[in-house]
Amino acid sequence: MARDPAFHPPKSPFVEAMAIFLGNRAAMAGLIILAVVILASLIGPSLYGVDPKATVNAPFLPPMEDVASPMGTDYIGRDVLAGILSGGPATIMIGTSAALVAVLIGITLGALAGYYGGLIDTILMRFTEFFQVLPALLFAMVLMTLFTPSLRVTIIGIGLVMWPPTARLARAEFMKLRNMDYVRAERAMGARDRRIIWRVILPNAMPPLIAAAALVVGVSILFEAGLSFLGLGDPNIRSWGEMIGSNRDYIFDCPWAVFFPGIAIFLTVLGVSLVGDGLNDAMNPRFRER
Amino acid sequence: MQALANLGGRLLSALVLIGCVIVFNFLLINIAPGDPATVIAGEMGGASEQVLAEIRAAYGLDQPMLVRLGTYVMRIATGDLGYSYYYNDPVADLILSRLGPTLLLLITGLGIAIVLGVWLGVLSALRPDSPFSHLVTVFSLIGYSAPVFWTGLLLIILFGSAWPIFPIGGIRDVTQSGGPLFHVFDVAHHLVLPALTLGAVYTAQYARLCRASMLEVLKSDYVRTARAKGLRTSVIVGKHALRNAILPVVTIIGLQIGQMLSGAVLVETVFNWPGLGRLALDSILRRDYPTILGILLASAVVVVVINLATEAIYRSADPRLRSGGRH
Repeated sequence: MARDPAFHPPKSPFVEAMAIFLGNRAAMAGLIILAVVILASLIGPSLYGVDPKATVNAPFLPPMEDVASPMGTDYIGRDVLAGILSGGPATIMIGTSAALVAVLIGITLGALAGYYGGLIDTILMRFTEFFQVLPALLFAMVLMTLFTPSLRVTIIGIGLVMWPPTARLARAEFMKLRNMDYVRAERAMGARDRRIIWRVILPNAMPPLIAAAALVVGVSILFEAGLSFLGLGDPNIRSWGEMIGSNRDYIFDCPWAVFFPGIAIFLTVLGVSLVGDGLNDAMNPRFRER
Repeated sequence: MQALANLGGRLLSALVLIGCVIVFNFLLINIAPGDPATVIAGEMGGASEQVLAEIRAAYGLDQPMLVRLGTYVMRIATGDLGYSYYYNDPVADLILSRLGPTLLLLITGLGIAIVLGVWLGVLSALRPDSPFSHLVTVFSLIGYSAPVFWTGLLLIILFGSAWPIFPIGGIRDVTQSGGPLFHVFDVAHHLVLPALTLGAVYTAQYARLCRASMLEVLKSDYVRTARAKGLRTSVIVGKHALRNAILPVVTIIGLQIGQMLSGAVLVETVFNWPGLGRLALDSILRRDYPTILGILLASAVVVVVINLATEAIYRSADPRLRSGGRH
């Protein structure tokens, strides 16, 4: 039997969201920026082959003056382009890992608060409020001083100060979903809380959380840049923020050594936010009207 | 009466929150690796045995944990935040001397962000498809994605060499003197670049937020009614729509004030602004723990107070909340 040409099977929500996302020009631009940044970080250092930590040329060399250093050199003759290429993986890795820590803490606490409500909710929300009252950067600065700065301390430190917004969002989603019919059905069949929270509600609460997580990655990258700009990051890693911080006193002698790493941070965060916004528009039906 | 009880409840929970920060500070000193006495004294050239003994006695470090916590809380409650062995000054005095510049920077930056952000947001919501509106969208994306310390440095490069009309560091010009009026003008002149740098980030966010909520409000029934009554657009927007459109902005100010203080730390560092953030960085680099923990506490107090204030503004902006929270 031939299929009725007027019959369109309903698309799955995922396919529909993907279609919206792919049709979003801003999100696509973000995806392209991110692809370029990630590609440059992955193959750039080996392709360019200049040691980012070594003095390879005369200091204060302006961009395009010497083909060997197209972005110029900094105050001790380190190659700016090499620093940017090798700083990429560090920045992106720290940003995403810290965001992962933050999102995991946020989802866990938010889920428990939203699902159980009552006293548990009150206690957890007070706890969240407490973390929102401490200025994140100051708190992270204290952590970095009390414990020796290393990659792990940086990631955990940023994660520890970034989770409250995710917790609030997760809580709201769980409060909304916990009384849905399919959740009640599951409960009536005798499912344990653990199963209901993680296997039944969480998958349905995921879309807005994924979009929010993308934005947390952007904020974490900015945060890491700020910490290493202040000189509080892992001293063994050349990150973009550290490049700006170490050349800060020479901004009039080699502005390019401050300008280019900032552009790198800016483009990466821009890419992440554009993709995050796109995901948000695609996955939150409430916002589709706009 | 209801409103009064409400206010009391809010104040109480604010106090509890501050209390938690104090206990948290205490725990931070105690979980840090090493002898708390050395932690408190910091690492400025190694404190002498005599200083360490004084600290042990003052903080009662030979006492059980709970007793120590009790004395610690009592000391803070009497305004004693400890002693900075680096600056050779009580921490409370240090913080009070730096609080003014930080609040000035914070409030000016916030003011710029609110006025400019709401204005840009409303204008672009009125003509959502105009080039101006797209420009505002692009501007908000840039403001959101550019690191604040980098924007500050770019402004320094611009105004330090190419176009030197604003001072690029410090809070006043010590080479010149004049009356109080000159002093005010001088500080304001130095404030321009730091406040713009800090304000730009939040201008971008508020413009975006205000644009979205204004678009939504303009579609609502009561705006249509107002239009049907024949009111002028300026009246509809200014009197009817703005009040509701601005609510999300007010909400987020309260949530973000801690974040803004973080931004102030970076801006103060970039522009050598003698505020709390600058003091925080200096004392961190010198491992001056009493000072840094005091700053953490003071900034938490600032956040709580500003939160209470925004809540009060929120209540007066939204008549539904005015009668003591029953709506």
